[in-house]
Amino acid sequence: MTPPPKGADAPGAEAPLLSVTDLRTYFHTNNGVARAVDGVSFTVAQGETVGLVGESGCGKSVTALSLMRLIQSPGRIEPGSSVRFEGTELLTLSEADMRRVRGNRMAMVFQEPMSALNPVFTVGDQIAEVARIHSRASRRDAWRQAVAMLELTGMPAPEQRAHEYPHQLSGGMRQRVLIAMALMMNPALIVADEPTTALDVTIQAQILELLADLQRRTGTSILMITHDLGVIAETARRVIVMYAGEVVEQSAVGPLFATPHHPYTEGLLAAMPRMGRRRDRLRVIPGTVPPPTDWPTGCRFRARCQYSWDRCANEHPPLYDLGDGRRSRCHLAVEPGRRAHPHEPLAAQAVPAR
Amino acid sequence: MTPPSAGVGTPDVHPTPTTSRQSGPPLLEVRDLVKHFPIRRGILGRTVGHVRAVDGVSFQLWPGETLGLVGESGCGKSTTGRMVLRLLEPSAGSVHFDGADVLALSGARLRAMRRHAQIIFQDPFSSLNPRMTIGAAIREGLTIHRIAAGEAADRRVRELLSEVGLRPQFADRYPHEFSGGQRQRVGIARALSVSPRLIVCDEPVSALDVSVQAQVVNLLQDLQRDRGLAYLFIAHDLSVVEHIADRVAVMYLGHIVELASATDIYREPLMPYTQALLSAVPVPDPTVRSTRVVLSGDVPSPANPPSGCVFHPRCQHPRKDEACTKLVPPLEEKSAGHWAACIKQPPTTVHWEVQKAAGGTRQPERYLPDL
Ligand SMILES: Nc1ncnc2c1ncn2[C@@H]1O[C@H](COP(=O)(O)OP(=O)(O)OP(=O)(O)O)[C@@H](O)[C@H]1O
Ligand SMILES: Nc1ncnc2c1ncn2[C@@H]1O[C@H](COP(=O)(O)OP(=O)(O)OP(=O)(O)O)[C@@H](O)[C@H]1O
Ligand SMILES: [Mg+2]
Ligand SMILES: [Mg+2]
Repeated sequence: MTPPPKGADAPGAEAPLLSVTDLRTYFHTNNGVARAVDGVSFTVAQGETVGLVGESGCGKSVTALSLMRLIQSPGRIEPGSSVRFEGTELLTLSEADMRRVRGNRMAMVFQEPMSALNPVFTVGDQIAEVARIHSRASRRDAWRQAVAMLELTGMPAPEQRAHEYPHQLSGGMRQRVLIAMALMMNPALIVADEPTTALDVTIQAQILELLADLQRRTGTSILMITHDLGVIAETARRVIVMYAGEVVEQSAVGPLFATPHHPYTEGLLAAMPRMGRRRDRLRVIPGTVPPPTDWPTGCRFRARCQYSWDRCANEHPPLYDLGDGRRSRCHLAVEPGRRAHPHEPLAAQAVPAR
Repeated sequence: MTPPSAGVGTPDVHPTPTTSRQSGPPLLEVRDLVKHFPIRRGILGRTVGHVRAVDGVSFQLWPGETLGLVGESGCGKSTTGRMVLRLLEPSAGSVHFDGADVLALSGARLRAMRRHAQIIFQDPFSSLNPRMTIGAAIREGLTIHRIAAGEAADRRVRELLSEVGLRPQFADRYPHEFSGGQRQRVGIARALSVSPRLIVCDEPVSALDVSVQAQVVNLLQDLQRDRGLAYLFIAHDLSVVEHIADRVAVMYLGHIVELASATDIYREPLMPYTQALLSAVPVPDPTVRSTRVVLSGDVPSPANPPSGCVFHPRCQHPRKDEACTKLVPPLEEKSAGHWAACIKQPPTTVHWEVQKAAGGTRQPERYLPDL
């Protein structure tokens, strides 16, 4: 079976490009089962940029790799998980069909560039390879396209750089090589895992502009994984916050920054250093995240939460639907008198999502 | 003929930028550091040119101080950091650590120096051995430098892991079992293990979410306060640099183009590149649309740097003129402790007569855009 063309059996304009339902990716290790991604659901609409943020180790990269079906043993996407993309269930596709999806429709920019580049080929060859597979371009054309794409990413002296090997490039240049490879195939979805962390802010601005431009022209969707809340604020329409393998909050970008509805999100925003507002010490969220082999019962953020109460210890909070596209996995989100975040009272009458 | 580098290449004319606040000898003194990488082509590997990755960099670092090093991707920050520790041999220049000439050290004395000067690598994936548990990786330094062995070393490894916010029981796991940010913290624990006096931190927190980042930054600051550690802190996140650095050096195309206290550089950036850099920082507030100084012009190549001021093709200073393309701006003290390389920002030692002779048509005038 080949994946149908874009949106073929989508039941109307409403159907999201990507819809992830109850994704579970576990690592079956000698130290136990690490439930790295533990029941994650979200959607990405066509042409939309969705930001994915969360504690280091909370499962963002594993989520991204699961979408691409690049999880390796002892990792496994558990039965019952679903990833629908352009109307096709990806988790049951044959490896050959999946390779076609990865090569054409869904591109990934990896977090650690060195892990994704081949040290024995020049970067130009590696980008040109994508062009050759994707558009069946001749060797010569593919090379030309590769150099042109490198130039678009702000690479200085792109023609010369294309002849170099990954180790000869600086960290940020390697990242731009990966971005060039992703853009080369003109995909429907780009999964970008920390695409600009190794870049200085001027190049970052240029890359973000490049992505936005691509999005305007081709309606590409972007799942943007980043620690930089500034990048989220500038690029994303909606934000998904993960903690300990789960989605803990979901919201349009504006309301999330204005009034976080989960204590973890609140802590995250408070920990952010802001330019022009230097202070003695940065605020931290006390404690550490529990290991993914032993998620506690009840709320997984409980031990670090300043608002926790008995219900949090006993009852695992569902992702409460708060209306207006907002969701929060905090019992207090539906206790108007005892709201987690100290900002505004909750407007909508909330009901548990499941 | 190659033009002299931006002022830092001629130390007798232009002193090494320093600050009056510091007393006693510096822990680290870098002078006119240069690294040129050959560009090779063809099957014979003929050298067809050079990438001038670092082109005459000088600075000093005192015990207990943090010098932030920021700048365009590929401008030579990591290369500078590696040369300081002699993980890379400089093409020219000198490095003194605690008074000793680092480039002349060998054998036991080089090893001893390496114990006191550590590095946290930018890409944790390529700096950890995939076949070694992270516990063993952290323990390595303790054993090599005979700091602890046996049970004591195990205990120290567990302590270090919890100091960087990782669970001690993770010690017997392998690098691939960790997320990017967790791996980065292993690198930090490894650098801290041998109680160094200087750490070159190459993007130490960029892989971390802001709350873990805050934890690590606070830890680095505590260690600095308690042990007088010095940091050369390389980072792209200018808000983190503002928070942690005492002084900040801005690099562009292998040169330091501005160096001042963190307060001064963020309040009053003088070099037009610094101005563009600061204005490009994304604002973590979706209701604010940032006003950017957008850099125009091609990103120059360090293999073929522009003449005169290396930034001139992209500069937005309203007084930019012919002189900027001819004269190499010295890194000069514009006000006490504030060094910048721009002949159009007064005061300048490159007198108007000299600028005119080089084709200058616009007199220097202070320019500070709204950021
Ligand atoms: N091969 C593996 N074996 C065992 N555990 C793993 C493996 N790969 C990942 N994990 C675990 O899965 C969890 C999620 O990792 P992931 O890389 O998705 O984190 P992340 O959210 O991307 O973090 P970061 O922001 O630091 O990149 C981590 O706790 C990690 O230790
Ligand atoms: N081993 C090498 N061989 C050839 N050129 C190199 C080598 N290492 C670095 N370079 C070049 O030296 C220049 C400076 O690289 P460096 O890694 O120091 O930059 P950087 O400032 O750390 O950048 P980033 O912020 O992207 O990490 C770049 O042009 C790079 O391509
Ligand atoms: Mg990750
Ligand atoms: Mg670097």
